[in-house]
Amino acid sequence: MLTQIVEQVINGLLVGAYYLLIALGLSLIFSLGGLVNLAHGAFYALGAYFAVKLADQVGFAGALVVSPVLVAILGLVVERFLFRRFYRHDPALGLLLTFGLAMVIEQLLRIVFGAAPIPFSIPSLLRGQIFVGDFVYSKYRLLMLVLAATAVGCLWFLLQRTPFGRVVRAGVQNPDMVAALGISLTPYMSGVVAISVGLAALAGVLLAPITGVHPAMGAEILTAAFVVVVIGGLGSFWGVVYAALIVGVVRGLTVYFFPPAAEASMYLLMLLVLLVRPRGLFGERIQRFE
Amino acid sequence: MSESISRVRRGLMQGGAAAAALGALGFPAISRGQSDVICIGHLTPLTGFLGPLGEYAQMGVKLAVEEINAAGGVMGRKIELIAEDSVNPQTASTKAERLIERDKVVAIIGEISSASGLAIAQVAQRNRTLFFNTGCNSDELRGKSCNRYMFHTEAANTMYVYAAGQALLRDGMVKGKKWYSLTADYAFGHDLLKAAKRFMQANGGEFAADELVPTDAADFSAYLLKIRNAKPDIVISNLAGAQITNFMKQYMEYGLPFPVAGFGFDTAVAWGAGKGNVTGIWPLVWDSQVKTPSGQKFTDAFTKKYGKPPENQAWGDYMSTKHVAQAMNDIKSTDSTKLAEHLEKGAKFDVLKTREGYYRNWDHQLMQEMYTIRFKPAAEVKDKWDLFTISAPVPGGNQSLEVIAPTKEENNCTMPA
Repeated sequence: MLTQIVEQVINGLLVGAYYLLIALGLSLIFSLGGLVNLAHGAFYALGAYFAVKLADQVGFAGALVVSPVLVAILGLVVERFLFRRFYRHDPALGLLLTFGLAMVIEQLLRIVFGAAPIPFSIPSLLRGQIFVGDFVYSKYRLLMLVLAATAVGCLWFLLQRTPFGRVVRAGVQNPDMVAALGISLTPYMSGVVAISVGLAALAGVLLAPITGVHPAMGAEILTAAFVVVVIGGLGSFWGVVYAALIVGVVRGLTVYFFPPAAEASMYLLMLLVLLVRPRGLFGERIQRFE
Repeated sequence: MSESISRVRRGLMQGGAAAAALGALGFPAISRGQSDVICIGHLTPLTGFLGPLGEYAQMGVKLAVEEINAAGGVMGRKIELIAEDSVNPQTASTKAERLIERDKVVAIIGEISSASGLAIAQVAQRNRTLFFNTGCNSDELRGKSCNRYMFHTEAANTMYVYAAGQALLRDGMVKGKKWYSLTADYAFGHDLLKAAKRFMQANGGEFAADELVPTDAADFSAYLLKIRNAKPDIVISNLAGAQITNFMKQYMEYGLPFPVAGFGFDTAVAWGAGKGNVTGIWPLVWDSQVKTPSGQKFTDAFTKKYGKPPENQAWGDYMSTKHVAQAMNDIKSTDSTKLAEHLEKGAKFDVLKTREGYYRNWDHQLMQEMYTIRFKPAAEVKDKWDLFTISAPVPGGNQSLEVIAPTKEENNCTMPA
């Protein structure tokens, strides 16, 4: 029994890594722009659909690069013409905008590709399993883990070790001071949105071979990503990372002990965290929200 | 500080709630009708985990209405279709009410979710309007929740279990075997599990485990690890819609060695998983591989109109619409009560299968042949539509169609007045 629990814990960490790619971007856009991006799941779905179409031409490896880049470019356009008008406004307006955008994208996917799921398989090279002692791992998921960890590592480096990241972090803490220093946050916001939706698209490409590619896939994953952000706490990079992993593990253990509550477990966890620590596990004091 | 943080957080929480509600808005397809036509209402989920099937349902009903109108309509009047997304039980109920009261539809056709189907059935009963169920499998709708105005073109869970069960018995996968079943955690799944249990116990099988899976589960890895450790003789799927696609893709990904069978199935979920991503034995209500002249005509017309072969859900809604029109033409009336009486007298209908079907008088279930399918190895697959082979009809030619349906003892129905 103990080995089975250990197995579920490790698997839960893997599952958490997929939530992470989506939740990090959501958290970034919100922390810097004050915009709750309800369309984030739609960009994830776009990533998956682009991958399905691109894989015929450039192969799966090509799609892994091209699809997120295309979605990031789309993100730049959306940021320039839509998001930018709503950063400093009532959050309700931003909610309405992104909620509408999510519906438009989902409906467009339905019109163009149909409501039925589109077949998409794991590339034959990555099919199969690796056995470690009693444990079994899917080769494909191990690759996913490596790619997700690399992407998160790159993002961490970008935010912590580059001039770009310093301005973004300062902007999260105190945008007025950044402005007073003569730095305009506008181009940084474009960059943050492009990177965030690009990460969501990368998650879409990675998950497309193991889940159904269908128009509502974005709405499905978005709620989980929100829960992760709320549990992790705003403005905290590591908060989101830990929260994603915890949610993955808790879900895995719930499947082991009481499967009907598998999806409900993360909401219970969120409730608990909010009761004990309303700003989330690692939520920072952010001056602009004080 | 905590006040403003909580304001921001509230925004985020509203966001979460709004995200959950994302799929919850429907888009009316066609506006209301006029009085010189006969209006038929169609409700089916176009969004959510049953949305992929609902799309085929709508294609089927639209094709049927086109064909009926091209052939002169019903009693010389054209049929007008009002088709909408049923979304969930609450919305389905509201929309059914509106279709009957405002649009004066003579019948409502459709639905796939057993929970929404029950909601529509109650509205239909209250307003004495026909409801043809084209996609809800729950036995309970034919039993405890049956009513005078609801007819079932879709087969009942017991019929699905019987069809797949015969194949399992033949393969020796029941007696003394350990079953590991995964069941969709809502009305349909619970009902199917009951029928599956009845079959298994009657034939000497046993459960290694039986587990409920939330309908929004997309990652099955945790379940797969459990199954692997339990080492069952067979894995049984009582899942629904997109769940089956996700489950099968991941089952193949983990390469588990146990044979798979299911008691509920729709072709769209296999097409959506793709070649080499589904295995096992599954029941099916109809497929374009069933070779009959009328079936071939339907397949050709559907393929010509939509550029892809019809799915079994398209069959259900196409069939119901044809049956309603035929019944109205036969008795020259659109009165639901008279139509129900006519159907109860055992009127025969072409169901695009070898034998004709009829609606059984005491539970309104369409008596019809079923099939089982087996997935081909990836090497034998010709194109993305060609994934499985289909069995001979169940029950066989010399048996009564009723042997596969639930008996009065298993699923009694007392029609409310």
